[in-house]
Amino acid sequence: MYQAQFDYRRAGSVDEALSLLQENEDAKLMAGGHSLIPMMKLRLAQPPVVIDIGRLDELKGISEAGGSVRVGSLPTHAVIAASDGLAAHCPVLAEAAGHIGDAQVRNRGTIGGNIAHADPGSDIPPVLVLLGASVHLQSPSGTRSVAAGDFFQDLLMTDVGEDEILTHVDAPALGSGTGAAYLKFEHPASGYAVVGAAASVTVQNGRCTAAGLVVGGVSATPTAVDVSSLVGTDLSDDAIAAAASGLDAEDPIGDIFASGDYRVHVGKVYGKRALAAARDRA
Amino acid sequence: MARVLGTSIKRREDPALITGRGKYTDDLKAAGMAHAAIVRSPYAHARIRGIDTSAAEALPGVLAVLTARDVAAAGIPGVVPVGWLLPDLKTPAHPMIAADTVRHVGDAVAVVVAEDRYVARDAAERVAVDYEPLDAVADVVAALEDGAPAVHEEAPGNVAFDWEIGEREPVDAAFASAAHTVELDLRNNRLIPHAIEPRAVLASYDSSTGEMTIHMTSQNPHVHRLLMTLASLGMPEHKVRIVAPEVGGGFGSKIHHYADEAIVGLCSMKLDRPVKWTATRTETNLTDAHGRDHSTRCALALDADGRITGLRVDTAAAMGAYLSTFAPAVPTYLYGTLMSGQYDIPAIHCHVTGVFTHTTPVDAYRGAGRPEATYVVERLMHLAGEATGLGPVEVRRRNFVSPDAFPYQTQVALAYDSGNYGPAMDRALEMIGYDDLRSQQASRRDNGGKQIGIGFSSYIEACGLAPSAVVGSLGAQAGQWESADVRVHPTASVTVYTGSSSHGQGHETTFSQIVADRLGVDPEAVEVIHGDTDLVQFGMGTYGSRSAAVGGSAIARSVDKIIEKGKKIAAHLLEASAEDLEYEDGSFRVAGSPDRSLALGDVALQAYLAHNYPDDLEPGLSATSFYDPANFTYPFGTHVCVVEVDTETGSIELLRYAAVDDVGNVINPMIVDGQLHGGLAQGIGQALWENAVYDESGQLVSGSLMDYAVPKIHNLIPFELDRTTTPCPHNPLGVKGVGEAGAIASPAAVVNAVVDALAPFGISHIDMPLTPEKVWRAVNS
Ligand SMILES: Cc1cc2nc3c(=O)[nH]c(=O)nc-3n(C[C@H](O)[C@H](O)[C@H](O)COP(=O)(O)OP(=O)(O)OC[C@H]3O[C@@H](n4cnc5c(N)ncnc54)[C@H](O)[C@@H]3O)c2cc1C
Repeated sequence: MYQAQFDYRRAGSVDEALSLLQENEDAKLMAGGHSLIPMMKLRLAQPPVVIDIGRLDELKGISEAGGSVRVGSLPTHAVIAASDGLAAHCPVLAEAAGHIGDAQVRNRGTIGGNIAHADPGSDIPPVLVLLGASVHLQSPSGTRSVAAGDFFQDLLMTDVGEDEILTHVDAPALGSGTGAAYLKFEHPASGYAVVGAAASVTVQNGRCTAAGLVVGGVSATPTAVDVSSLVGTDLSDDAIAAAASGLDAEDPIGDIFASGDYRVHVGKVYGKRALAAARDRA
Repeated sequence: MARVLGTSIKRREDPALITGRGKYTDDLKAAGMAHAAIVRSPYAHARIRGIDTSAAEALPGVLAVLTARDVAAAGIPGVVPVGWLLPDLKTPAHPMIAADTVRHVGDAVAVVVAEDRYVARDAAERVAVDYEPLDAVADVVAALEDGAPAVHEEAPGNVAFDWEIGEREPVDAAFASAAHTVELDLRNNRLIPHAIEPRAVLASYDSSTGEMTIHMTSQNPHVHRLLMTLASLGMPEHKVRIVAPEVGGGFGSKIHHYADEAIVGLCSMKLDRPVKWTATRTETNLTDAHGRDHSTRCALALDADGRITGLRVDTAAAMGAYLSTFAPAVPTYLYGTLMSGQYDIPAIHCHVTGVFTHTTPVDAYRGAGRPEATYVVERLMHLAGEATGLGPVEVRRRNFVSPDAFPYQTQVALAYDSGNYGPAMDRALEMIGYDDLRSQQASRRDNGGKQIGIGFSSYIEACGLAPSAVVGSLGAQAGQWESADVRVHPTASVTVYTGSSSHGQGHETTFSQIVADRLGVDPEAVEVIHGDTDLVQFGMGTYGSRSAAVGGSAIARSVDKIIEKGKKIAAHLLEASAEDLEYEDGSFRVAGSPDRSLALGDVALQAYLAHNYPDDLEPGLSATSFYDPANFTYPFGTHVCVVEVDTETGSIELLRYAAVDDVGNVINPMIVDGQLHGGLAQGIGQALWENAVYDESGQLVSGSLMDYAVPKIHNLIPFELDRTTTPCPHNPLGVKGVGEAGAIASPAAVVNAVVDALAPFGISHIDMPLTPEKVWRAVNS
């Protein structure tokens, strides 16, 4: 595969990256390059200028404060999967990152690039929606944040504006009594998720007080399932199965490997299994 | 000296390959080298109304844009030939560059040559081809229907050939009186070979000498030279040198002669400059010959005791848009002739229709015909085990050709030279813990949830292609012998020139073991040269699991000739009679007087000095052999696969895979195991994941690795391997061949296991690949 001609610029700071974005029409930011470069090689993307933000230390941090975790846009999947802080406060994010691609992909791909690219088979988006995370964006005119549930708009489409950089993600830390799990049904060719189910439950005194389930891969964007019927129950297998069967996708995506109907079916099964795993960890 | 045959010495090829020092075609650079990009049809079937190359030519850095017109103007034959003819075979022309009609997505319509490969690509996008799209047919069954779009006018009904083997009447009679019959409609899925190294060529023409050197990804450089010069470029054979540097896998795909390599040769002649082309992965998938793609109806008749009385097979085999090099042989002489499997079957009839479709051509791919045959026979045996109530083990045992029946003449031409099938089955059962597995299976069936299945495949293959006279009588346009020139140097180190060109198999290691063992020298003292038509006398190449059995035998013969000559020289020097000399551990000795001996080195030196030398002998110590085998070789074995099926999602997990193979004597056990591992990965891949899918308009929708699932290491499990040893009786090494066994045996073992797991659901067949969705739908219907 041979990409078309392009110019390469390396930004030394977020501010420089923002001005390079402004100066160069149709320029593309590059973090790990693991979605952008394949698109360029297939000539599906032909940006005249590529702005490399991959070395900006200011976007690389992972921290925890006040019941919330903050992950910069540049930690790689490998860094996230191995992060002690996330293992302690938000293990489901690390779990999902560990399922991405292979070691090479995890060593290059970043969380910011992953969600900005917004492939429907990505592992991170359903987890961020489940957690109720917020995505932080910066542009020359300031900063803003958007709820993960609103960030993913359509197939490969997000709320990132042309002049914006995704700087970090904030997610509430998982409190005691809360268990969460991410379960992936892997595509045998691409390795992406055919279905990825992210679930969490909170249990107090043997009763469920909160539950969530978000399924990726079934639709263009992560699909939240209403599992509120679990609240107040003891999270029996039957109750979990009934709740997960509420997965509904109007326009499920399909390919030669798995049709839309089948994805919805697997979404229910994996949803059930993810909820059960979350229960066992709570 | 310790024996080196049968030991796992490490591959001498590997240090360079695993440290990135291997030189593949794309690594090569020549002074003044230009780059080609081939413009390909986006349509499966279209008429070319015109081609405008002006925008491409206008791009700075573009050197030339060639189309079919330039092929015609060059006055060369300009075609891609087929190398195996069947009676009444339709052989429509396959032009190097399509002139007025394209017949599959990827058909070449023009080529751009530029100073660098990026400019070449950019310019290729600017070649404007005016197509008139026509109806296309990609499916092998649809192509045979009335009114299907015609691929070639010369082939009415899209029939390339109509072929049969065996006799129909006895089979009909067997079915009429059968106690049990089983039948099956199946598809053998189309596969894309996926060698890691894509095809590549660097052609360097020099007008001052009229010579051309072509470095290319080849499994058989001499065959490529012949086809390239004779049918495509029209150059004298002696003016073309073909070199295969390191070749990164082939699995058959680098046997065939393709349009692309010839096009690049033409570009080099036109420009009088070296020109390189390396396929992109997309091009690889669109142009490397695909494998399999059969639709088959088959049935087995058995008597009340479960003995097979008849087998009937009717197959439509896709040829694709053009007949590739060996394509007609694959679903006929490498398929129909294997239908007896390991069994004594008194009546067999196999009918095959070769079918043109608007797809990439289909040709030999690891196993070539034999995996398809094994799949038919072994799926039917599974069903026969159920229908007779004998189960998969007993029904096979009852029908095995008995060990005292060899040589065994089948009803489908082949005569098996040797075999002993029971012990491989016994060992496989023992390894897998069969009875225990059956009781685990029973308790899973009682308790619901994930189900376990056990599948068998007792396969036979015919490899070590093959007696030239036999293949000639069957339509091959080439001989199937192999050559070896073994040269002992004055210092007693050895160089072997072999026609078996390696593309990853480790020939340099195993061939040096053969020489070391027979000649009593250190393997390190043996160099193996292959893959260069200027260095090697001639060669048929590496395919059909033939390198050890045929190429290795040629080397053994040459070594024997050297020893014979050495005895004469030694006899002269020792003043003894040559008949009294023995050769052992690298020394010539006079029998009975151990102190009268000469080391190989002494004799070699004298052979080159020729100062004190027999009058009637020529100097030098080298020998060339062209070894033509007496028969095919017949490896066999029993494989057992154990799977767990998640009936809720249809997902399949491999639990165990045990393989007992009999490949004859083993030269290097590690390399044999490696060949089995690779073959198993590909066969299991075919059963579970791999599928080349065309849509109705003839677009390849699984054209990238994002959609076409080749097995990855984490999809597989550790294989449990063992062997029985029944040496080949007719070659000097007693070796049979192992390159394809894994891919031949395993698809049936996997599918039988899954079907066995799902027996409680009344499922008797699911077509490959067994994707979770298909399994889930079968369970729920
Ligand atoms: C072989 C392979 C297998 C893979 N398997 C999986 C898998 O199983 N699961 C999975 O989830 N993913 C998978 N991926 C995708 C992988 O996770 C990518 O790394 C990720 O999607 C993109 O991250 P990146 O840092 O490489 O982004 P890049 O490729 O650099 O960028 C991707 C897109 O995001 C934009 N972008 C990047 N950073 C920012 C930013 N800070 N602000 C605004 N826009 C930005 C870019 O402009 C570009 O459009 C796979 C990729 C490959 C190559």
